[in-house]
Amino acid sequence: MTADLLTHVLRQGDRALVLSHRLAQWITHAPTLEEDVALANISLDLLGQARHLFTYAGEIEGKGHDEDHFAYWRDAAEFRNPLLVEQPNGDFAVTIARQVFHDQAALLYWESMTESTDATLAALAARARNETAFHLQHSAGWLIRLGDGTDESQRRAQAGVDAMWPFTLELLGADDEGALRADGLIGGSIETAWRAAVAGTLLEAGLRTPTEADQRAGGIHGTHSEHLEPLLEEMQQLARAHPGASW
Amino acid sequence: MSTVFPQWEVFVRARRGLDHQHAGSVHAPDGETALRAARDLFTRRQEGVSLWVVPSNEIVASDPADVGALFEPAADKAYRFPTSYELPPEVDHM
Repeated sequence: MTADLLTHVLRQGDRALVLSHRLAQWITHAPTLEEDVALANISLDLLGQARHLFTYAGEIEGKGHDEDHFAYWRDAAEFRNPLLVEQPNGDFAVTIARQVFHDQAALLYWESMTESTDATLAALAARARNETAFHLQHSAGWLIRLGDGTDESQRRAQAGVDAMWPFTLELLGADDEGALRADGLIGGSIETAWRAAVAGTLLEAGLRTPTEADQRAGGIHGTHSEHLEPLLEEMQQLARAHPGASW
Repeated sequence: MSTVFPQWEVFVRARRGLDHQHAGSVHAPDGETALRAARDLFTRRQEGVSLWVVPSNEIVASDPADVGALFEPAADKAYRFPTSYELPPEVDHM
């Protein structure tokens, strides 16, 4: 199977939307008021990216679907986000580890997409790159402070890194997007750059880089963990209870 | 969370050429984290081009009880005010 541009755009839109919702679940639960606002801001940036991507997906698909259709009216098996972003928040260290892995991949992705031959995606990339650079400053800053903090914060940070690591390979690019790459629609592999950057962050945090064993994947092909369905149920409940309502 | 992070005062420069103005305060474990929190709280709507954060406990403040001793003596010394001086016509609109 070869992925088309629509699939690629949905993979990116779903990644942004699902992670946006996970971060929104922290609101009123973050360790400090400042962190509450920070996570909410990142969540809103991701939601904005998802809206642009879904609107563009509707244009590519050509069936008159708007952004709400893709967010609210698809079921779990139709979502194409990588497994990482649907994983539960856990404690703050798990959320931060997940965010570092995601933000580093997203930054490299958007940087490469500024060169895309697709004008819409290149324009979106120029903005998303700046947003994502700040997200990474935030998440990597926290991981370094947790890893380099107290015994307990280091133990929890390492546990978070270990728990999220099996979902990282899937972030580093799909195996079925070669045709899009050949057409210059998407950029080259980010894997080498991602591994170097993440290893540097973990080193600075005094944390171990886990081994490559037990990688899990499937989300970008629609095979999800048990955690996506409850998330979507919560997110889609209102829209589905009141079809066509606006607010 | 049992730990209360130290407080930082936030100063925002709205535009090039203007001074930094005090905007408020944040709690954070260190300066860089304080700067990021300040960015989220005080510059999300393009209010600024530059941010400073300063540890609140590094600010030495005057005591409100000393207000008389510190600030009142100026009022009765007319020569401290520029109204005592006659400006030459060339700078009349200063």
